[in-house]
Amino acid sequence: MIIGQQKAIEALLEMLSPYDNILLVGCHGCVTVCRSGGEKEVEILSSTIRLARETAGRPIEIREVTLERQCDPEYLEVMRPYLEDYQAVLSIACGAGIQFVAEKFPAARVLPGLDTTFIGVTEQQGVWAERCQACGDCVLHLTGGICPVTRCSKSLFNGPCGGTTTSGSCEVNKEIPCGWMLIIDRLRSTGQIENYRKILPMKKWRSSRDGGPRKIQREDLMG
Amino acid sequence: MLPCSGRVEELTLLRAFEKGADGVMVVGCLEGDCHYLTGNLRARARVKRVAGILDKVGVGAERVEMFNLSAGEGTKFVQYANDMVEKIRGLGPSPVNVARQRKAG
Repeated sequence: MIIGQQKAIEALLEMLSPYDNILLVGCHGCVTVCRSGGEKEVEILSSTIRLARETAGRPIEIREVTLERQCDPEYLEVMRPYLEDYQAVLSIACGAGIQFVAEKFPAARVLPGLDTTFIGVTEQQGVWAERCQACGDCVLHLTGGICPVTRCSKSLFNGPCGGTTTSGSCEVNKEIPCGWMLIIDRLRSTGQIENYRKILPMKKWRSSRDGGPRKIQREDLMG
Repeated sequence: MLPCSGRVEELTLLRAFEKGADGVMVVGCLEGDCHYLTGNLRARARVKRVAGILDKVGVGAERVEMFNLSAGEGTKFVQYANDMVEKIRGLGPSPVNVARQRKAG
């Protein structure tokens, strides 16, 4: 899922300073699961902002709405009736959701309440970690199901580099396990170590961000 | 009254301040003695989060506090409640209430 975290309240209050009423929009998708932008977080943030503004002597009116997903046009329609009554929209969806709100409602002033951080997994309750950089050309079948683009700090394709410590951590940060040590251990434990002896060719980064904003079109699904 | 302090959510506490509370005390069972295993630990973590929020919005972290005691410790409950009331009296009205009164003239 897409993992995000809310911006600091000080930054949000600064962003909201020109406004006396706002629409605060959450998302029932990924950001609900990573506890940063779902219905509960909308309520908590709304209450937080109201308390701050009242304490500062300048109350703010907030309407709360949480959409099924902010990245699908049909769900965005739910917020349309409220738009003209509010000076700005504070969205706590991921960057895709926030941008889609701005795109679909050209007159709206849309503000980001969240920093979108990475595509990742829930390692344990309250702990999320990055697993995918959406490079567009998956090689997990060659690397034991462990991504060299994401798990290696340098995204090496024929690692490890010389920066691996004797305890198996990365020179970038000793809390980060060496991605290539993970790959080699996994290839060995699953009887696929011969994969490691193959030199992986240079990666074509064009399928990643280097080729510009990406788009997928499925003719079988397009209306 | 809630069946478990684990049911106390951040919003429960924040709304109390929005509705005019000068301070909020959360009383849960003794740590390690939760009927639902970790309800009181969850409550403590949420109280800590709310204290952080109250600090940042200018209300003050010290206006919310978590206490732990068993159902048989009535005297201790009274003592904790009196201590909390005393502390909040010392702090004075919540800055939210002060701002509201100022606005009302």
